[in-house]
Amino acid sequence: MSINVWSILKFFAYVAIIMFFLFPIAWIFNMSFMTNDEILRKVPVLFYEPTFKNYIGLWEGEIAIEGFATMYVYFKQNLINSAILSVGSVSVTLLLGVPAAYAFARYKFKGGEDIAFTLLSFRFAPALLIILPLNLYFSEIGLYDSYFALIWVYQLITLPLLLWIVRGYFEDISPDIEYAYRLDGHSWFQSFWKISIPLAKPGIAAASLLCFIYAWNNFVFALILGSSQIQPVTVGALAFITASAIPYGLIACGIVVSVLPTLILALFIQKYLVQGLSLGAIKG
Amino acid sequence: MKINRKLFPYVLTLPALLVCVGILIPFFTAVYYSLQRYNLKMPHMKGFIWFDNYVNIFTDPSFWNTIRVSLTYTFFTIIIELLLGLGIALLLAKRTWLNNVLGVLLVLPLMIAPALASLIWRLLINPNFGVVNYILSFLGLEDFTWASHPDTVLFTLIMVDVWVFTPFIMILLLAGLRSLPRQPFEAAELDGVPEYYKFFRITLPMLFPFILTASLFRLLESIQQFDIIYALSQGGPGESSMVFQVSAYLQTFQYTNIGKAAAMMVVLWAICYFLCHVFVQQWHKLKIKTKGELLQ
Repeated sequence: MSINVWSILKFFAYVAIIMFFLFPIAWIFNMSFMTNDEILRKVPVLFYEPTFKNYIGLWEGEIAIEGFATMYVYFKQNLINSAILSVGSVSVTLLLGVPAAYAFARYKFKGGEDIAFTLLSFRFAPALLIILPLNLYFSEIGLYDSYFALIWVYQLITLPLLLWIVRGYFEDISPDIEYAYRLDGHSWFQSFWKISIPLAKPGIAAASLLCFIYAWNNFVFALILGSSQIQPVTVGALAFITASAIPYGLIACGIVVSVLPTLILALFIQKYLVQGLSLGAIKG
Repeated sequence: MKINRKLFPYVLTLPALLVCVGILIPFFTAVYYSLQRYNLKMPHMKGFIWFDNYVNIFTDPSFWNTIRVSLTYTFFTIIIELLLGLGIALLLAKRTWLNNVLGVLLVLPLMIAPALASLIWRLLINPNFGVVNYILSFLGLEDFTWASHPDTVLFTLIMVDVWVFTPFIMILLLAGLRSLPRQPFEAAELDGVPEYYKFFRITLPMLFPFILTASLFRLLESIQQFDIIYALSQGGPGESSMVFQVSAYLQTFQYTNIGKAAAMMVVLWAICYFLCHVFVQQWHKLKIKTKGELLQ
């Protein structure tokens, strides 16, 4: 009897968890295939003819709304901006972060730990504390509203992330393999490129994907340091929802397109997620 | 050659370091601004005023309101996320087909940008067509005010935060639960120890380092939360959801009062620095512990 009560409770717990955490995502997908009339019904419709009009409108940037003239949306540019900013940030992070991570893992040097922790602490500093002065600087030296400046600032979140994850992977590689290779007459760079990097590759790949997700999901940097010309989807979608007369289906569609890349990437790094999210503190 | 070898690690870390020095400069500038009377609309009034900005914010009731709202938000998000995350982790701990699938799917909200998560919920709780309102009407709850009323706005924001970040706690604790050694549980099983006793005396103490890490991570992020709140309520209605960073943002871009905004951010930084210090110590201990276990 008591086992029965327990399993019924468990069943309801599963249902509640699935409803709360997954239903909102499912419903937004659902909404993105609806027309405005279908969304605005007081009783939500479950059966309707799905339309791709929202997606087409979002891509072409033009939507005809009954009773209004044709409306123009610039969401495609936001998508392109997100891609440029995320890919750019991850590339720069890889270039700067991998050698540094190797140094922290392999060499005990004066101030090394301090530098590593200083870099880590940026991840936990209030973002506005740093961006407010940067906003004034960038305006003065003409860097405001440039991809270059934004990608630089994005390093604040991506660099510590990559550094601390990849460092753990380099630490797990035995230095003896590198020494043996170098004794064969190869240079340090050759051993780094041919031995260390391939061995740490799974970690580097997972860390860069996680960096991509964090960069894609960032909101506050571009909100303050860029105009609508270079803003990513996170800021663009907010402008979208606050603008009047945009059909709700189109807003839902914009959100779906914005979250889809990170959701798909997340499925690829499942195995490394725990380690990545805890900055290497917990091995998953 | 010897000098070369000593300098080499610095050469490798230098580029990363340079980028961050570029970040350290604005940090010190912000501290400097916080000691100045600096309003963009009144540039001629600019001048050094020592700690007047700090005196100003600490005698301003609206800053105390900001502190109160921020701490309330942080407290409730962390307590709820911890309990819920722990509960879900325990529920999913056994490796069954359903649990494995759910373990993957439940991470999805965490991968959505917090700002976009707010927008998703804005569409779900829209007073005209929100599907959540429709579902709640069956439970006898009609016309819930959500973000449009000072009494319910914090609840709404906390709910979105819980939606996004509970998976974070869940996934960390799940990894912790699955890595626990089996022997103590087997021994307890043999002795016929009751379930609740096993949970409070074995599971919870062994899980503690993981719980601590997860909550410190969340603590640091929650007290600085900007995206969710800005995208959902912008600190309103009135000042009922005005947290640190939103307040500083409005102070800068609405009132152009750079000095005051900088002072607020320095106060927040001091709080975070203290928390970060605790965090790093625990983090080190845990890393040694998990590494040690891995070597066995």
